[in-house]
Amino acid sequence: MHSFEFIRPKDAAAAVSAAAQAKTAQQGAEVRFLAGGTTLVDLMKLNVETPTQLIDINRLPLDTIEATADGGLKIGATVRNSDLAHHPVVQRDYAVLSQALLSGASTQLRNMATTAGNLLQRTRCVYFRDTAMPCNKREPGTGCSAITGTNRMLAILGTSEHCIATNPSDMGVAMAALEATIHVQGPNGTRAIPIAEFHLLPGSTPDRETVLEPGDLITHVTLPPAAATGGATSRQVYLKLRDRASYEFALASAAVIMTIADGSVKQLRIALGGVGTKPWRSPEAEAALLHQPANPANFRKAADAALADAKPQSENAFKVELAKRCLTHALQMAATA
Amino acid sequence: MSDQKSPEPRHYDAERQGLSRRTFLATSGTAGVVAALDTRDLMAQGAAGNAADNAASQPLGAVPLTLRINGEEHRLQVDPRTTLLDCLRETVALTGTKKGCDHGQCGACTVHVNGRRVNSCLSLALTNEGDEITTIEGVGTPERLHPMQAAFLAHDAYQCGYCTSGQIMSAVALLKEPCGPDDADVKELMSGNICRCGAYPNIVAAIQQVRKEI
Repeated sequence: MHSFEFIRPKDAAAAVSAAAQAKTAQQGAEVRFLAGGTTLVDLMKLNVETPTQLIDINRLPLDTIEATADGGLKIGATVRNSDLAHHPVVQRDYAVLSQALLSGASTQLRNMATTAGNLLQRTRCVYFRDTAMPCNKREPGTGCSAITGTNRMLAILGTSEHCIATNPSDMGVAMAALEATIHVQGPNGTRAIPIAEFHLLPGSTPDRETVLEPGDLITHVTLPPAAATGGATSRQVYLKLRDRASYEFALASAAVIMTIADGSVKQLRIALGGVGTKPWRSPEAEAALLHQPANPANFRKAADAALADAKPQSENAFKVELAKRCLTHALQMAATA
Repeated sequence: MSDQKSPEPRHYDAERQGLSRRTFLATSGTAGVVAALDTRDLMAQGAAGNAADNAASQPLGAVPLTLRINGEEHRLQVDPRTTLLDCLRETVALTGTKKGCDHGQCGACTVHVNGRRVNSCLSLALTNEGDEITTIEGVGTPERLHPMQAAFLAHDAYQCGYCTSGQIMSAVALLKEPCGPDDADVKELMSGNICRCGAYPNIVAAIQQVRKEI
């Protein structure tokens, strides 16, 4: 691990101004905010992350969960994944989020990992984690080792010829379905970023994963009121398929929020995990199923629409069918819940 | 074959002086501990240093840190890069907590911070100032075992034993966590602790026994 200066700022403004000195907030950043550490410390040990300054935000007052004025929920940046998953309002109104969080990692890691940290979780692509190998995300311009190498776990949606790294988050997939908003305090004030606009596709700059700029500190995330997704009439399901039953990243996952009335789909949100380069909302699948009769044939049609643009690599063609079955089954679970 | 007497190995000398191999290693591990300085200023410059610099009694770039471990305060000097795991093992010489993967993938390093279980390998020691840290050494003693330790013994819930302290720390924490009644529920909540010997059925049995008794 490279050496660094350890800084404990007195407030969020001090954290922001310290971080604003960096040239980038993306891969290669000289300044990093330290929250749970489950991604950052891991990657610092591998010399994939080499910050010269580490700003500990764990003591800042960013760890509360509160109702918002409009009936939604405000989740602090350093709220631990386990606290969020077990929060009574999350369990009641945003069950898909609770299920997604509890399907991720282990209890130990969920006790450490934070809301903001999870949004910034880095890919598990083995080439990204290995400094001996070319990787456009870690070292722009060196090439993608995964496209011609080991790519079984990697993405089939949103990829480019420069990068096929999967976004590994479960929480982010549920938040994409819930249309969460990410609130950032930066050198020029605060701003709110819809989650759909927060993560970037790799394109020709896979080292840029989010819209964050130097000094940008995620302070909290808000969820819209439960009524926006059907309230108590909706059914929420997060289904995750993986190589072992627990403590493993998704090969494919699906977040579904669905309201059925008189046998047809009245409201629908669909997002996929384990297959995309970012938490993958699927408007195509939603359009295919909304206002249609809720039956297995239509669920499958929605799944076909979700994966229509899938681009499998040499080792992960199985993911196309797996993701379709995952979504079909999740819709079926939601319909019969 | 020479009739010259070969020198005795170093660890043998240590054992003759009443030091077990474990005590010897643990004692060597505390060599870096020095008196504490003011712990309030946590702004500190880390430095990589080189072998010559590190030969000094106080490691270059070390910063003061006070940790509460098993109810006891420890005034330490640590390199800012030190994880809680390495600090416990190498600086405080509490070697019950084990290093397995060192990347949060195996659970051997599980300890409690403020009553919750965490992977100490992914936590920088500096972030734990003011926290209440509990390691396997603080859970029970050979004379007064924690019920979970006794149950692990009764159910033979280990083979090589390397993952056992982490398993027990997770199992003790699990008693206070939301967990369904079934074996499957226990397995899900214990999935963060890998046992390469495959003692899982006995581990689950030990935990279920304690859950029924309390």
